[in-house]
Amino acid sequence: MDISQYKDIYVFVEQRDGAVQSVGLELLGKARELADRVGEKVVALILGKGISDKAQELIAAGADKVLVVDNEYLKSYLTEPYTQAVSQIILEQKPAILLLGATIIGRDLAPRLSARTNTGLTADCTQLEIGESGELLMTRPAFGGNLMATILCKNHRPQMSTVRPGVMQRIAPDVSRKGEIVNYNVNFDKAKINRVRIVEEVKECKCVADISESKILVAGGRGVGNAEGFNKLRALAQTLGGEIAASRAMVDAGIIEHCSQVGQTGKTVRPELYIACGISGAIQHLAGMEESEYIIAINRDKYAPIFSVADIGIVGDVHKIVPLLNEKIKNIKKF
Amino acid sequence: MNIIVCIKQVPDTTEVKINPQTGTLIREGVPSIMNPDDKGGLEFALQLKDKFNAHVTVITMGLPQADAILREALAMGVDRAILLTDRKLGGADTLATSNAIAGALRTLEYDLVVAGRQAIDGDTAQVGPQIAEHLDIPQVSYLEDIDFDGNKTFTLRKQTDDGYQVLQMDAPCLVTVLASAVKPRYMNMRGIVEAYQREVEVWGADRIDVAEDKIGKAGSPTSVMKAFPKSLKPAGATFEVSAEEAVDIIVEKLKERHII
Repeated sequence: MDISQYKDIYVFVEQRDGAVQSVGLELLGKARELADRVGEKVVALILGKGISDKAQELIAAGADKVLVVDNEYLKSYLTEPYTQAVSQIILEQKPAILLLGATIIGRDLAPRLSARTNTGLTADCTQLEIGESGELLMTRPAFGGNLMATILCKNHRPQMSTVRPGVMQRIAPDVSRKGEIVNYNVNFDKAKINRVRIVEEVKECKCVADISESKILVAGGRGVGNAEGFNKLRALAQTLGGEIAASRAMVDAGIIEHCSQVGQTGKTVRPELYIACGISGAIQHLAGMEESEYIIAINRDKYAPIFSVADIGIVGDVHKIVPLLNEKIKNIKKF
Repeated sequence: MNIIVCIKQVPDTTEVKINPQTGTLIREGVPSIMNPDDKGGLEFALQLKDKFNAHVTVITMGLPQADAILREALAMGVDRAILLTDRKLGGADTLATSNAIAGALRTLEYDLVVAGRQAIDGDTAQVGPQIAEHLDIPQVSYLEDIDFDGNKTFTLRKQTDDGYQVLQMDAPCLVTVLASAVKPRYMNMRGIVEAYQREVEVWGADRIDVAEDKIGKAGSPTSVMKAFPKSLKPAGATFEVSAEEAVDIIVEKLKERHII
């Protein structure tokens, strides 16, 4: 493989039901920064059916060029047609870097692509930088979240990595930005595509807000106990104009929806304020929230690991403190 | 029907503690377990064995001590156990690992290959889909439920980012399974006793069908440049005070930061 033939930074921008997912815009923001450093282009890929009108939004978010693949086979995400489309683009266009969101879709597609195009893939990167000789330095948590490793893909291209939603920052959209939009033609292999067929698709997430977009989060763990305990947190979140979030224990117990889960198997969040209530702070949870700007932890156990990442720690009972805090803030806000 | 389940031995990362003084991992005394997602996959395979009389083979790539999870699988009820272990396979990234396992699977018969969604020591979720690609078979990842028509078609429930999909897929094919989808059975007493009398086949790299430059360190496109402990910011002050005083402290800080 002659790696000098490979250039530009490609971003697979995920859309679901025609809605561009925020992680795609975040990756375009990061790609813009990396591309400016090496003097290359940012190319966005968007696949689906009837999605051509999204291209302008991607240019505003940092893309120089958008490749649109609009085809009936791409209406809902399925592994094979998406792999065929993106791998054809990789083989023909030779990108130096390909970034994908570490969503369920991205984590299904990216490994299949890496095996089809015989290149390396680094999952769940939290930091992407350009090294001295122009190579991509991909840093990710290892061993459950407490060690960091920087990974290189030296002799294979594209250098592929996935990034979890909420980790990178999008740039402010600039609608005056100009870019090129190309409708890309893909030759699909129907026989292979027909090996998997959709019977039914169900959307069941009842969450109203995407917690990775919230500026203030009031999060609860085992110490909150039950749904009634969570109502106290909800009231505080409402007073502060934030949302509620939860540790895995509360999601597994069925008290809170999975889409509000923070941590390794949930979402990565970095709000301006994170109030951790009754959360002990397993490293899997910390991995999802420790980059928050300001962390307040309330827990009965003064040895709870959550205090090691908190800006202020309160050793005490969330059931007493949270309602009192809510009342006090309400009173202040009245004046 | 022949089913092959790919499993991995992993350190139980939920048992890993952090040394609060140094911010480093305390690895001593961390038990090794069968990766939870893989164990969920094994349970689905055993349910298909119960219902359709499927033959279940379990395979792992790792160090000789990974024998322990193969014995556990035997005690749960699998028919055949293979340990793929060789120095030539060491230092492999996910692509080289998937090439080695696919190389082993090429020498076996299968209608269904089952893997865990991801392993808790790496959390990459890559090896399952990569194996499927090397074998040129379709995949469904993030599996929550599986049913079989007794002929050649599986009906599968897959977790998606905002709900779930019900899909049909024809054999031969691969699935990756979520631990939360199913509760694995316990080993039974007789199974445990027998597991130590039964054979675990030990395979080296010469036994599998793959080019040598695709495995181990040589077959790995990625390499670790450096590993370092996460830089921990110093912990803030912790207060053990009455609820009223605690509220005053919090309110003061929120005012300082212009949140209220």
